Amino acid sequence: MKWISVKWLTVYAVVYMIFLYAPVILLPLFAFNTSTIIAFPLSGFTTEWFVGLWYTDTLHTALGNSMIVGVTTALVSTLLGAFAARASARFAFPGKTGIVGLIMLPLVLPEIIVAVALLVMLNQLGMPLSLWTVVGGHVLICTPFSIAILSSAYRGLDRELEEASFDLGESRWGTFRRVTLPLVLPGVISSLLITFTISLDEFIIAFFLTGTDVTLPVYIWSQLRFPAKLPSVMALGTILLAVSVLLLILAEALRRRSAARQGVDTTLAGV
Amino acid sequence: MAWHFDREAGQGLKLISPTLLYVLVMLAAPLLMVITFSFWTQDYLTIDTTPTFANYREAWTTPLYQVLMWRSLKISVIVTGVTVVLAFPIAYYLSFHVKKRKALWLFLITVPFWTSYLLRVFLWKVILGYNGVFNTAFLELGLIQEPLTFILYNLNAVVITLAHAWAPFAILPIFVALEKIDRSLLEAATDLGDSPMRRFFRITLPLAMPGIVAATLIVLIPTVGDFITPRLVGGTDGLMISNMIQIQFGKANNAPLGAALAVSSMVVIGLISAGIFLVGKKLGGRVR
Repeated sequence: MKWISVKWLTVYAVVYMIFLYAPVILLPLFAFNTSTIIAFPLSGFTTEWFVGLWYTDTLHTALGNSMIVGVTTALVSTLLGAFAARASARFAFPGKTGIVGLIMLPLVLPEIIVAVALLVMLNQLGMPLSLWTVVGGHVLICTPFSIAILSSAYRGLDRELEEASFDLGESRWGTFRRVTLPLVLPGVISSLLITFTISLDEFIIAFFLTGTDVTLPVYIWSQLRFPAKLPSVMALGTILLAVSVLLLILAEALRRRSAARQGVDTTLAGV
Repeated sequence: MAWHFDREAGQGLKLISPTLLYVLVMLAAPLLMVITFSFWTQDYLTIDTTPTFANYREAWTTPLYQVLMWRSLKISVIVTGVTVVLAFPIAYYLSFHVKKRKALWLFLITVPFWTSYLLRVFLWKVILGYNGVFNTAFLELGLIQEPLTFILYNLNAVVITLAHAWAPFAILPIFVALEKIDRSLLEAATDLGDSPMRRFFRITLPLAMPGIVAATLIVLIPTVGDFITPRLVGGTDGLMISNMIQIQFGKANNAPLGAALAVSSMVVIGLISAGIFLVGKKLGGRVR
């Protein structure tokens, strides 16, 4: 694309970034706006919508539910991800491509298909819908992300370090605790943060698989119908965005630290 | 240290088995069940388990479902095309012209993706609406005389919103593919007298093709399954097949028909994906 000058490409990149950030910038603007109507011009500055969130009990319940779902999902999918990432990074075994492909499948499967499939199975088995069924679905879609993050952590792990540890008389557990774990720990924490964030924001599966207990996005969906509730939804969204970005910065920093510790190029790994 | 030679395969399989088991129980089994389910029929409150093609006949012949299916495919293909075409120059810019702080750029590109998905779609409604940000700003600037109405509650709005939602998923694979291109190939082409444009079409584009194909599939497949965006910004002529699937599993209470619609759309999209994959493989991966 050299025949297009670099200047135009830069202009394009800037315009594209404005396109990407347009909704993100509007979110806090309307969250601090006094008017209940979500439109310009802005009428004045207020924090009442944020204060209001503090007194909304249904929101607190939804937040609590999302926390339970998010934390459980993060733990389970990172554990499952660690098994699979370790296996695929360290060992050759028959059917590897097919097995890893199947595990990574939810990454490209439309969420509505995953949701509907689980719904059909749960109904057939006569299992009631609850927060745990949501966790079941979330683990499925989060595990591939965990594998992607942990694979790069495990690939950077030098096999000889572990062998040296065995040779020096460490037990398998000792080797894991003193050699393997410290090296992949930043990757593990990064995976926990990312999977938690995905679960916290996931709507479609939660919408289909939740019973009477709603998660935060399902709560937001129910609030979008009431125009009067919109400013507080904006305030809630602003808080969620801030929290997500903080968690992501943390995850990214940890991932880079882990890569730097293993001497891997940080620009491409994990992308 | 013989264990990692003899028992390598066994150890690998043992290690991956918990994850595999989970996926078999929670994904493979449910998917098989949906397929079985699609051959059954809803009999008011009970399910008639006599195998039949009735759902598929209904799914493929009812005009409403045909319209929705066509429209879903059309919207998904347009969205994918727009997203990938818009994303390519950014990936190119990042890979070839950003020397420092590449990671920061990549991070900035992914941040908007972490805003609540529902709110992002909703905010596009705010931007594109009659009294929306776009119209007010352009009226103020005197660029338009009256608010534009063709940008909300129709296909355009769905395309804009989805192109925004899937942007990072299109940029990243293309960026990775571009990063892998050996820069000395480009120098060689220049030395041998290729013009920049020729060089782009003979080297950069074919070698970026695996990334472009990956981006296309990553955007195309999930887009068909989206029912939030069409419902919030699509209006009546923006509704897609997923909305119908959701209705069948919800209000209409005809899960077998919903299953047949879901399986049908997956089969169609699977075939299209396979086609794109093969064409991409043929066109790319090597210098022409």
